[in-house]
Amino acid sequence: MFDRIREKLEILADAAKYDVSCSSSGSNRKNENKGLGDAEGMGICHTYTEDGRCVSLLKILLTNHCIYDCAFCVSRRSNDVKRAAFTVDEVVELTMNFYRRNYIEGLFLSSGIFKDGDYTMERLLRIVKKLRVEEKFNGYIHLKTIPGASPELLKEAGLYADRMSINLEMPTELGLKLLAPEKSHEDVKRPLDLIQKNIVQYKDEKALIKSTPKFVPAGQSTQMVIGATPESDKEIMHTANKFYKDYSLKRVYYSGYIPISNDNRLPIIGSQPPLIRENRLYQTDWLMRFYGFNVEEILNDANPNLDVDIDPKLSWALRNLDQFPVDINTADYNMILRVPGIGVGSAKKIVQARNFGKLRQDQLRKIGISWNRAKHFIRYADSPIQLNDYEAGHIKGVILSESKSKNLKTPVNQLSLF
Amino acid sequence: MEIYVFDGSLEGLLTAVFESYDRKATLIKLVSKDHYLPDVFQESFQVISDETKANRVWKGLRKKLDADWMKRFFNSFLSEQPETFQDLFNFAHYIFDNPAGAETNFGNSCVLAVAQMERKVHREKHRMEAFIRFQQTADGIFYAHIEPDFNVLPLISDHFRKRYADQKWIIYDLKRKYGLFFDLEKVEEVTFDFTSEMSSNLNTLPANVLDSNEELYSLLWKDYFRSTNIPARKNMKLHIQHVPKRYWKYLSEKQI
Repeated sequence: MFDRIREKLEILADAAKYDVSCSSSGSNRKNENKGLGDAEGMGICHTYTEDGRCVSLLKILLTNHCIYDCAFCVSRRSNDVKRAAFTVDEVVELTMNFYRRNYIEGLFLSSGIFKDGDYTMERLLRIVKKLRVEEKFNGYIHLKTIPGASPELLKEAGLYADRMSINLEMPTELGLKLLAPEKSHEDVKRPLDLIQKNIVQYKDEKALIKSTPKFVPAGQSTQMVIGATPESDKEIMHTANKFYKDYSLKRVYYSGYIPISNDNRLPIIGSQPPLIRENRLYQTDWLMRFYGFNVEEILNDANPNLDVDIDPKLSWALRNLDQFPVDINTADYNMILRVPGIGVGSAKKIVQARNFGKLRQDQLRKIGISWNRAKHFIRYADSPIQLNDYEAGHIKGVILSESKSKNLKTPVNQLSLF
Repeated sequence: MEIYVFDGSLEGLLTAVFESYDRKATLIKLVSKDHYLPDVFQESFQVISDETKANRVWKGLRKKLDADWMKRFFNSFLSEQPETFQDLFNFAHYIFDNPAGAETNFGNSCVLAVAQMERKVHREKHRMEAFIRFQQTADGIFYAHIEPDFNVLPLISDHFRKRYADQKWIIYDLKRKYGLFFDLEKVEEVTFDFTSEMSSNLNTLPANVLDSNEELYSLLWKDYFRSTNIPARKNMKLHIQHVPKRYWKYLSEKQI
């Protein structure tokens, strides 16, 4: 008995781990029924795996049996792996007992597709319904939208889940067709759209009728696999940007492809996953969402790929030296936010503090800006007099030579694939 | 410079602020009695905690600071750091002596120090919310003990009460020798007299007091932690940055 549940958990956690979404924030589900759990407020990472990724949810598949044969997926039907399936009660028991011990923030439930979309979605729905209704569980639930499931099932699932997600898998339709001919981006857009429309509708109703139930309060997200197909960073981020806009997504996740197959359409087993590239894509994502950058400014036809050795904000600044130096004591908040080495927290402190007098170097350093990068791009009360303008290559060289970046010590281990 | 010695309580610190105005003192070094080393050449003034005086100072601060800043003040105090007591003392003076809004001057060293210490305390609070691991005892109580860097029990009480409304739980601070007990109705402060020294490692409750399922779930959790890792992405530097080694003792998944 012990052994069987341990084996199932091993197989179905292992198969679920390539979905990198880990967020447990953004919901507003309070514990109002004296039940278990509270998903209000910020997310919590309860531990981190040795690869440095956060563990906040019990992330499992209901089953890894699958009718599809997507080349990039470990659970593809042609792959010779051990198969298993949880029962409804097993998932409920695991979730409740892990949550009670403060191991997790909730459940991330996905599944291989057995029989068809509806059959699978119906099983997932049964689990989340039991957790919410019978067990009075108010922890966070991230539920996968199963492609091909009927609108009725999705609408019902949305009443119990905090977040729903469905993965684009490849950044372009072309890439997807290459590795998963049975799938298309259209199959992803349809349910994203359906759920988004319902989120809006429920919100509108809630404004009028307070007793309107919650519907996917933490919104939707998606994921793209990076480095399995030959897309440029520009194509990836433009796709992300479009999905953020069209479906008001909360997050797009970028998952560096980890070779798991001998398929000759894919990087061979043993090649390094593109971790630095993945990191640069996330930085770009942040610049778009929190720093007021338009994706066109960072990635365009002249610059279709992100630099590996420096971050995208610094790259942008070096390409636009005409907009610098920025005077810390007079510049607009939005421009201060664009200075390499200054983050949102420091920028806010700066615009408040300068009301009390012109800011000097020692104050800026204490506030916590990254001085080695920022100093090339700013003027402040006690700036040294600078006679000639430096050019971009020179500044980059100085910054790199002073930097202790992890990316310089590791050899460039990205494979050039195509 | 004059030395003020106070008892280490918030009431004492606020009383010290009151006294310094009352005695028209200017340069003051504030020391808690635990950190005070008497010095024959240096005069010192004993601050006697006084609820009325402390309340006047607290109310005065509340007139000039919003709820967020009052919380920052309190949270920084929970750091129990000697230099923070001084920062808070200076901060209170800075707020009283300047027009409204002075707390946004992050160019001022005591404003920045209080704001930055509050972040540290907040981070420790958040870590406890993340890293506490309960063990279920045979009588159905979920137990965990901790040794946080700062005195964060008052800050995490609400979080656990809301979340675990249908189970009894105890969180015990071994360092400060007091804990919180939730009895399904309310949270109370408790102190235990551990007969033998309690090991600071987590998951050290003897097997005979544990619920019969406890072993299974802690085993499943360890299995899960291992299975969800992707070896091809191994990055121990990042791992340790997120979970500094001093917290490993809390984490059942990090025990062998």
